[in-house]
Amino acid sequence: MKVKEAQREVSRFGALYIVEARFRNMFKWRSAIITAAILNPVLYLLSVGVGIGSLVNAKQGAGGVDGVQYLTFLAPALLASAAIQGAIDEVTFPTLQGFKWAKNFFAMNSTPITGNQIALGVYIAALGRTFVTVVIYWLILLIAGALPTGTAWLAMFVAMLAGGAFGSIMLYLTSKVEKEDFFLTAIGRLIIMPLFLFSGTFYPLSSMPLILQPIGWISPLWHATELGRYLTYGHSISGLMIGVHFIFLTSLLALGLKLAFRNFTKRLSK
Amino acid sequence: MTSLISARSLTKTYGDFVAVDQINFEVRKGESFGLLGPNGAGKSTIMRMIGATLQRSSGELAVLGKDPEKFGPQIRAHLGVVPQQDNLDSELTVRENLYIYGRYFGLSKKFLTPKIQELLEFAQLEEKRDVKVEALSGGMKRRLTIARALVSEPEILMLDEPTTGLDPQARHILWDRLFRLKELGVTLLLTTHFMDEAEQLCQRLIVMDKGKIMAEDSPAELIRKYVTKEVLELRFGSDKNSQYVDQLRQKCDRIEQLPDRILLYTNDGETLLTEIVGSGLHPITSLVRRSSLEDVFLRLTGRSLIE
Ligand SMILES: Nc1ncnc2c1ncn2[C@@H]1O[C@H](COP(=O)(O)OP(=O)(O)OP(=O)(O)O)[C@@H](O)[C@H]1O
Ligand SMILES: [Mg+2]
Repeated sequence: MKVKEAQREVSRFGALYIVEARFRNMFKWRSAIITAAILNPVLYLLSVGVGIGSLVNAKQGAGGVDGVQYLTFLAPALLASAAIQGAIDEVTFPTLQGFKWAKNFFAMNSTPITGNQIALGVYIAALGRTFVTVVIYWLILLIAGALPTGTAWLAMFVAMLAGGAFGSIMLYLTSKVEKEDFFLTAIGRLIIMPLFLFSGTFYPLSSMPLILQPIGWISPLWHATELGRYLTYGHSISGLMIGVHFIFLTSLLALGLKLAFRNFTKRLSK
Repeated sequence: MTSLISARSLTKTYGDFVAVDQINFEVRKGESFGLLGPNGAGKSTIMRMIGATLQRSSGELAVLGKDPEKFGPQIRAHLGVVPQQDNLDSELTVRENLYIYGRYFGLSKKFLTPKIQELLEFAQLEEKRDVKVEALSGGMKRRLTIARALVSEPEILMLDEPTTGLDPQARHILWDRLFRLKELGVTLLLTTHFMDEAEQLCQRLIVMDKGKIMAEDSPAELIRKYVTKEVLELRFGSDKNSQYVDQLRQKCDRIEQLPDRILLYTNDGETLLTEIVGSGLHPITSLVRRSSLEDVFLRLTGRSLIE
């Protein structure tokens, strides 16, 4: 066996071998993954979109919210939050598993694979799974008539960007967790839920009291939702803000990855 | 002979605690080298430093001529690592575990397919090939972990307490397999606190305690240097043992009193026993055996290897 050659492959493609292993793992859960990916949007659309929507639409009259039907207004936010939730699930679980429960990251690291590659592989695989979720979600929104414009398909990538930004930060945070019991619930209750509620998801951020608006500004969900609304129904934002949203999300993504890389390597060699 | 691993004043500290204390040793190509010592001696710590997954605090270390801190992936490409605790992917099957681990070395499917078959036979897990790892017994997991370490045909096989959790039969089969690997030129580095394992497998070993090397040599040489040929073990009943120790002390080279028995070191156990019985002492049980590394350890540290 040409070890030299094989090893050169690893230094180049190591992260992809981790992705391959992660996909094998996910494949075992394929029915659960697909079922959740379908049920989640259907239930949301029925309860929030249609149920609350009919109340909102009745009250707002023909103008709707932000000039469109409530469901149309809501759709990009739901899409982005589904991406965020999917990315979080798929980075936190394998990372806790890898460092704490099964310790299989240490097995990976006893091969030529490096800490950076493990982090990157877990991350890419999480985004792969997230993409499946997002596509399914998007199709259901399309069928529901919530995506009127021709640029609406681009909202999938904006949602992925939101998932990617949140996912990379969570990858880093999870890699720091020594005692997990409390962590996941805390993140869910104290961060995800408030962000979901205060990111202009259900009504425009501008209709919130000014002192609560900063929650939206730091929330990837809000930035992605603004971009998404611009793409799916032509919500009006300035070119400058498009840039700001985009740069905010990509910077967060890059920052999270950088921190995750560093901490994976550090924790594996402790 | 070239040395594959060489440590100079190798030290690992955790805060104020010194886990590995300025140790020196060399492992040569093709030899089987052991680290023998009780819990907490620093064996696993040394293994992980050699395995390029734990940073040393000070000293020099070269593995395959390279510094593990700078060339981790390059070194790890040539190592097969069996960690003390199994870290298999419990949701994947036996076969998949071997496969993905091989992939981490950049090995192709073409290479891996026959290799996996061979390793399944090696680990006697052919019937379990498509079973999820979480459904394996502890001993099966251990065998799989060992098989996994061989998937990349490593130059150095590092085994941290390889047979802990294996039944005696599986243990002997493993010893036999390891012996064959050694014949094929694989360098073995293993830790153990089983003296029989060390005697069977190691050409050379270091006896460690509390992060320090107490002695280094071949098992036979260690026994020759530090203890007599035979040991006479006597039991008078746990409360009476101490009352005979002084009386027995003059009769042998060295005496050790353990909680449940007295060990008398001598080159001729039977004669000593006859003499003791002749002098009117009547132990409840008596046993003459050959000295082992256990006795070497007791001599060097004043403690038993296995508490
Ligand atoms: N991460 C750590 N932080 C602090 N102390 C540690 C750490 N890892 C190991 N130690 C300490 O270093 C010492 C050596 O540990 P090590 O695991 O190397 O022992 P060992 O010889 O392998 O023992 P065993 O036979 O129980 O496996 C122990 O006292 C242990 O408590
Ligand atoms: Mg150990």
